Amino acid sequence: MANIKVDGQLIEVPDYFTLMQAAEAAGAEIPRFCYHERLSVAGNCRMCLVEVKGGPPKPQASCAMGVKDLRPGPNGEPPEIFTNTPMVKKAREGVMEFLLINHPLDCPICDQGGECDLQDQAMAYGVDKNRYAENKRAVEDKYLGPLVKTSMNRCIHCTRCVRFTTEVAGIAEMGLLGRGEDAEITSYLEQALSSELSGNVIDLCPVGALTSKPYAFHARPWELTKTESIDVMDAVGSNIRVDARGREVMRILPRVNEAINEEWISDKTRFIWDGLKSQRLDRPYVRQNGKLKPASWEEAFAAVARAIKASGGGNKVGAIAGDLASVEDMYALKALMTNLGSGMTDCRPPMSGIDPSMPRSAYIFNPTIAGIEEADAILIVGSNPRKEAAVLNARIRKAWRAKGIPIAVINGSQDALTYEYQLLGAGFETLADLAAGKGHFAETWANAKKPLVIVGEGAVSHGAAWNKQIGRDTIALAAKLATGPNVAEGWNGFALLHNAAARVGGIDIGFVPHDGGVCSADQVKLAGEAKLDVLFLLGADEYDTTAMGRAFVVYVGTHGDKGAHRADVILPAAAYTEKSGTYVNTEGRVQLAQRAAFPPGDAKEDWAIFRALSAVLGQSLPFNSLSQLRAKLYAEFPHLARIDQIAAGSVDDVKKLASATIKTTSAMYTSPVADFYLTNPIARASATMGECAALQAGLRQAAE
Amino acid sequence: MLADQDRIFTNLYGQRDWGLDGARARGGWQDTKKFIDNGRDWIVNEVKGSGLRGRGGAGFPTALKWTFMPKEGVNDGRPSQLLVNADESEPGTCKDREILRHDPHHLIEGCLVAGRAMGAHIAYVYIRGEFIRERQNFEAAVQQAYDAKLIGKNNVHGWDFEIVVHHGAGAYICGEETALMESLEGKKGQPRLKPPFPAAMGVYGNPTTVNNVESIAVVPEILRRGGAWFAGIGRPNNTGTKLFMASGHVNKPAVFEEALGCTFEELIEKHCGGIRGGWDNLLAVIPGGASCPVVRGEDMRTAIMDFDGLREKKSSFGTGGMIVMDKSTDIIKAIWRIQAFFKHESCGQCTPCREGTGWMMRVMERMVEGRAQKREIDMLFEVTKQIEGHTICALGDAAAWPVQGLIRNFRDVIEARIDQYTWSSTSEGAVPSIAAE
Repeated sequence: MANIKVDGQLIEVPDYFTLMQAAEAAGAEIPRFCYHERLSVAGNCRMCLVEVKGGPPKPQASCAMGVKDLRPGPNGEPPEIFTNTPMVKKAREGVMEFLLINHPLDCPICDQGGECDLQDQAMAYGVDKNRYAENKRAVEDKYLGPLVKTSMNRCIHCTRCVRFTTEVAGIAEMGLLGRGEDAEITSYLEQALSSELSGNVIDLCPVGALTSKPYAFHARPWELTKTESIDVMDAVGSNIRVDARGREVMRILPRVNEAINEEWISDKTRFIWDGLKSQRLDRPYVRQNGKLKPASWEEAFAAVARAIKASGGGNKVGAIAGDLASVEDMYALKALMTNLGSGMTDCRPPMSGIDPSMPRSAYIFNPTIAGIEEADAILIVGSNPRKEAAVLNARIRKAWRAKGIPIAVINGSQDALTYEYQLLGAGFETLADLAAGKGHFAETWANAKKPLVIVGEGAVSHGAAWNKQIGRDTIALAAKLATGPNVAEGWNGFALLHNAAARVGGIDIGFVPHDGGVCSADQVKLAGEAKLDVLFLLGADEYDTTAMGRAFVVYVGTHGDKGAHRADVILPAAAYTEKSGTYVNTEGRVQLAQRAAFPPGDAKEDWAIFRALSAVLGQSLPFNSLSQLRAKLYAEFPHLARIDQIAAGSVDDVKKLASATIKTTSAMYTSPVADFYLTNPIARASATMGECAALQAGLRQAAE
Repeated sequence: MLADQDRIFTNLYGQRDWGLDGARARGGWQDTKKFIDNGRDWIVNEVKGSGLRGRGGAGFPTALKWTFMPKEGVNDGRPSQLLVNADESEPGTCKDREILRHDPHHLIEGCLVAGRAMGAHIAYVYIRGEFIRERQNFEAAVQQAYDAKLIGKNNVHGWDFEIVVHHGAGAYICGEETALMESLEGKKGQPRLKPPFPAAMGVYGNPTTVNNVESIAVVPEILRRGGAWFAGIGRPNNTGTKLFMASGHVNKPAVFEEALGCTFEELIEKHCGGIRGGWDNLLAVIPGGASCPVVRGEDMRTAIMDFDGLREKKSSFGTGGMIVMDKSTDIIKAIWRIQAFFKHESCGQCTPCREGTGWMMRVMERMVEGRAQKREIDMLFEVTKQIEGHTICALGDAAAWPVQGLIRNFRDVIEARIDQYTWSSTSEGAVPSIAAE
């Protein structure tokens, strides 16, 4: 700890603090543009200048100077800084004037208006007149792809975007070219940024130089209703803020959550919102004479009721939950299925090795996302975290940058990750070898105190010519690798990385086969063999809809995607921004998404659809409101009531998993995410995501 | 005045052999082994006793700078390094190139003993991009020294020492010590934030001392003749000999070695054949390279040419590169040209310099014509104050000083120019101001 006087007030701060942190600890506000707490220090905007007593007769950049860099006074008095002296005031005014002389006065047409650091700080620290009589600088706008709009006249060269892309996103695609006042921020090759996190530069840009292209000129920040919610594009559960105007979601921004997404979100999370407006199912449909015809809710429910009655109920009725379903949706559907006497429920991808009998620690990301930073060796099995969980991938990169930890990958085909890694092999054999202590990585691994095994869904399911035993054996081997003899006490390094927001919650509430039910792939198979008569698809589009034979398919979902095309009855539901729903992320963390807008047309919230349908079937579910549903849910699964907390899995359970007998000899792992931008129905309906996907495909082709 | 036998650079004009044989004949590489054997503290003390101040412009005591390096034995495993700044790009300064091409062995020997004095086994010499012949000569001289086992592994002096010659790409800012290090590391030449200072974390993260070519090149002679000899030349606190450069309106522009403490008039009369058109024709002098504030001719005549002497004239000794301007000079335009240089060479990293240098140049551009308001003179002065001391490196200061010097000394000229412009624009075509009254 170090003592320092800030504006005459003596405080004690840790000695690694910068002057800026010390000043803030003392309650003094320091304006800044280039400084960002998650990026390296550039010290180039010069806005944070403070006066140091006894130092050189010029102000010092408080973001770059540490408390321990200051020398005490002649008699050992603590060093002293000032943030409110005439020297500091003048320095700030001077820097502000320099920043503004070449900054265009286009605030009225600038999308940053109202949330602009430069605007705010010019009000607070600037002067009210302009002394610059020359022409302003003109800078050509740059092309950064379909997501980030540039207006480079406004750029103040803080280099936050450059530092973010190189340090966090791990792409060396932005830089400052040229010298002096001709210096320009550029992407060098006029190519779209190849990162899945590129949208974050919009938030980082303190001015309107980098703004959101899809959102351009659509709304002003002060006319938006801001709703704090949870993202469902992947299983990370990034914290977001959904900004809506009326019924329309206008944009999505990240919220800070140190445990999950820090303050980043992926491009899919950020730019998905135009998909919420297109291809929407806004009224029920019933298939008549082979064609889907608009229908009323009564007609649709009647059609479903007829089909269920004809099937006779029981295990003749099945239900598969898709990637975006909330816990409440699945709970209501499961209750309905139970009433019908069916145990045919599943929320897992086809041929999943995650057995319903397995403990919670077998299917969650035990070490937690923040815990990645503690790991001293990482093994990634059958996953491409960059595509499956871009924000989590940034955390791996952060750990790698900080400590240079060894990272190995076992995967069939591997696109470049944003950190150095060794590709050990393509499939199960390599994993088995490593678990047996063979291969050059085995020694590194054995010495690790906090090894982290990230098992992707590509390693436990989804395989072609796959059977469930492969996934189970993969989990067993991974559990063995995570619980070696040298592993530190209390460290649980077994991490299952899901890629769907619904997954963990679904498994938690037992939306898995029970009482004679079979898994999702087998349900589809039974449907194809005419042994399953009615199949509910709760937003489930990632299954083979052509193999469902003559089964009566009830699609409850939001978008006219694969499932809706196959459906016999479509019941329009609410998307994740249109309902309040619980989601459990891959760590097992329970989070609550909130409604930011209302569902379009006649669409209803999913739980309400099942409740209404149950009444038509004469099997009314025992809740009439979401709060009643939740009360039942929480009573049955108490850990779901603990919002933002994790019901941790135990290490001993992982050790038990490791002792399973291995029956598999060979299998190839493939990451299930082929195209990052098109993983769910909302994304496939989004024009922005489509453009990104096409562009990335083109870039890949060009690179080959 | 410097006696001939007190000269250090005896082949300044390249009339003799610049190679190893010539250098040896002129006394170079003698007793070097003894200096090395005498050890680190002895060298530092000798140099301290000589009062040598850095010759790169700032005038920081050289020996004191060396003592910032990690002491022997308390090393944390990182090697100490010497970095010689031969990126001599300041307009008006052209002394280091003469050393590099005509007396390279002074520098090489200096690197070795200075390296010993800071516990460094390696010296990087960063040569300015435009210096082609200089680099060729210097590299050849380094090779000679390697061949003669004067430096290198297991050399005759018993202090392993490598010299790495790096050729820059021609950016002024790379002469700033931290930008120099960035450039040497292969990055863009942008100054680093200080602290950490180079002596704590310099090139490749290792403790580094950055010295000017001349500061290093004079060290062997100081050791040979003793610190007291060097201290005996010049005035207290401004000791020794120095390479001066005179360019511009003198009869014989020259680079020459002279004792510190002479007046400007003595130097010019002795070495440069006087001012073109006589002393009455002297308008202004920039005494130490383009970044130093300009001084009026009449103030300059009796000015003592050393660090303290020019501080009294509110200017700076800089590198000793005197830019002399007679009354044929358009002083506003001359300073505008310097502003254009700094605007062009600003690295663009930090705000005041990036935005301010262009602003100053543009206002100056109008003032050259007189197309300005008189109140803008004060505004311009204020702008220079907003840049000075607010930047990461000293280029901001360097860009601000010439304008400050101009406004302090030649405000009357600027005002007259503005008046003239106003007068001529009203008398040609536009309504005469008299008629309006």
